[in-house]
Amino acid sequence: MTESVEDLLRTEAPQVLGALLRRYDDFAAAEDAVQEALIAAAEQWPRDGLPDYPRGWLIQVASRRMLDHLRSEQARRRREEQHPVEEHPEVPDQDDTLVLLFMCCHPALKPSAAIALTLRAVGGLTTAEIAGAYLIPEATMAQRISRAKLKVKESGASFRLPTADERSTRLTAVLHVLYLIFNEGYTSSAGPDLQRRDLSAEAIRLTRALHALLPDDPEVAGLLALMLLTDARRDARTGQDGELIPLTEQDRTRWDQKQIEEGVDLITATLPRGPVGPYQVQAAINAVHDEAATATDTDWPQLLALYGVLRGMTDNPMVALNHAVAFAMVHGPAAALDLLTTLAADKRIANHHRLHAVRAHLLEMAGEDTAAAEEYRKAASRTASVPEQHYLTLRAARLLS
Amino acid sequence: VKYMLLMHGSDRIDAPPIHTWDLEEVKTHIRFMRDFNTKLVADGEYVHAEGLTGPEEAKVVRAGSDGAPEVTDGPFPESKEYLAGWWVIDVESETRAFEIATAISLAPGPGGVPLRLPIEVRRVPDAPPVDA
Repeated sequence: MTESVEDLLRTEAPQVLGALLRRYDDFAAAEDAVQEALIAAAEQWPRDGLPDYPRGWLIQVASRRMLDHLRSEQARRRREEQHPVEEHPEVPDQDDTLVLLFMCCHPALKPSAAIALTLRAVGGLTTAEIAGAYLIPEATMAQRISRAKLKVKESGASFRLPTADERSTRLTAVLHVLYLIFNEGYTSSAGPDLQRRDLSAEAIRLTRALHALLPDDPEVAGLLALMLLTDARRDARTGQDGELIPLTEQDRTRWDQKQIEEGVDLITATLPRGPVGPYQVQAAINAVHDEAATATDTDWPQLLALYGVLRGMTDNPMVALNHAVAFAMVHGPAAALDLLTTLAADKRIANHHRLHAVRAHLLEMAGEDTAAAEEYRKAASRTASVPEQHYLTLRAARLLS
Repeated sequence: VKYMLLMHGSDRIDAPPIHTWDLEEVKTHIRFMRDFNTKLVADGEYVHAEGLTGPEEAKVVRAGSDGAPEVTDGPFPESKEYLAGWWVIDVESETRAFEIATAISLAPGPGGVPLRLPIEVRRVPDAPPVDA
């Protein structure tokens, strides 16, 4: 029961907020009121049973909180006369998730602020849950959220969909925020793992909702496929002691085949429709990995082609680095090492541990064990991730023993 | 991105030890630190902060060859610097971490003159990269 109440509340959160925003043009106060209603429901429903109309109940309770707020803040204006409490509030049948996503991922917000606001206002998570997931104190997270709401207000954002002109850049911002939430959960290295894993599940849930609203947008479908195909490998990604297991050495029987199938179907149906964007290409790359029964079955020529396409779309040096790995698998390590020499001139990556890790890997492929061990050691000393540091140190040690 | 800011006491700081300051100067210094932390919370960047007692009462513990604790005075009587306190902040960029470190560095000393404390900035381990 508790589980289903929680799921229900998270689904209802954006709808209830949307209903309030139609009536009261005060995003910050409405969002607070909805949060209070959700907390009240989480206490009462498991104990007293579900109300007949859960959404109506939430809208009514949130409206009362909103009015309490307006009364205490602006008693002089006697707002309550203009906004009487409706005993049977009208329950809108529109889905407000999309409008809220656009509001919360507003370009005026820094990523960390947009993430926090999205998780609360759209995801229906409490401030304490979000603070726990990001390992910062609740008071700090509360401030981050209220500042984000203030920024949205100051930017003059209103409760409506972006215009046709803004739409594409605004959607890019939404997708980026969802992607960051997913990554935070997927790559967690610290803190209670379960809490952080929830972030990936939440990102997938929100992206699924976005995909349901915009089924024809290829990049939304691409991002959802990318998340599914990446997340499918999660259980195989770390060993018993939390150590990192690279893709080539993972136990592929532990990959989630159902999720892979869903991701592959989605990206296969999406790619031919075009236009093709970076999330779709990354999903395709992960599909190629996921479809290989063993590491040696990996279709490297196809991956090389896909990384070539991705390089044309983004100026990200990490993509160039992955392209070099694929190049090595197709054309051998020597030529790929030359690519790395060129890449090392890029200041953004010259000192990055991944450049050294890839160089180490290519030197190992070329049989130059001593040089490879030295590069693994350099990479280990530069990474800020403890599991990765252990992995790289072990690689170096293995080559020298 | 989380950063740890380490505040070092040091004989390179152009000020006498804090216990020799006027009471008002000490109060001003402490108020600065407290207000600073309040602002960090308000900016959504505070994770944790503590000040440490002086190096006079510090000890270094090391396991002896028999595994028993060996406790000596520390940290290192001959050393010129010692840890005086730390912050953990969660900020958008390294640039922002430097800004905050600079602001702390300007904490007021005797006569209200900025101490220009040396603040060591260290990134806290974050997540390993997404594979593939």
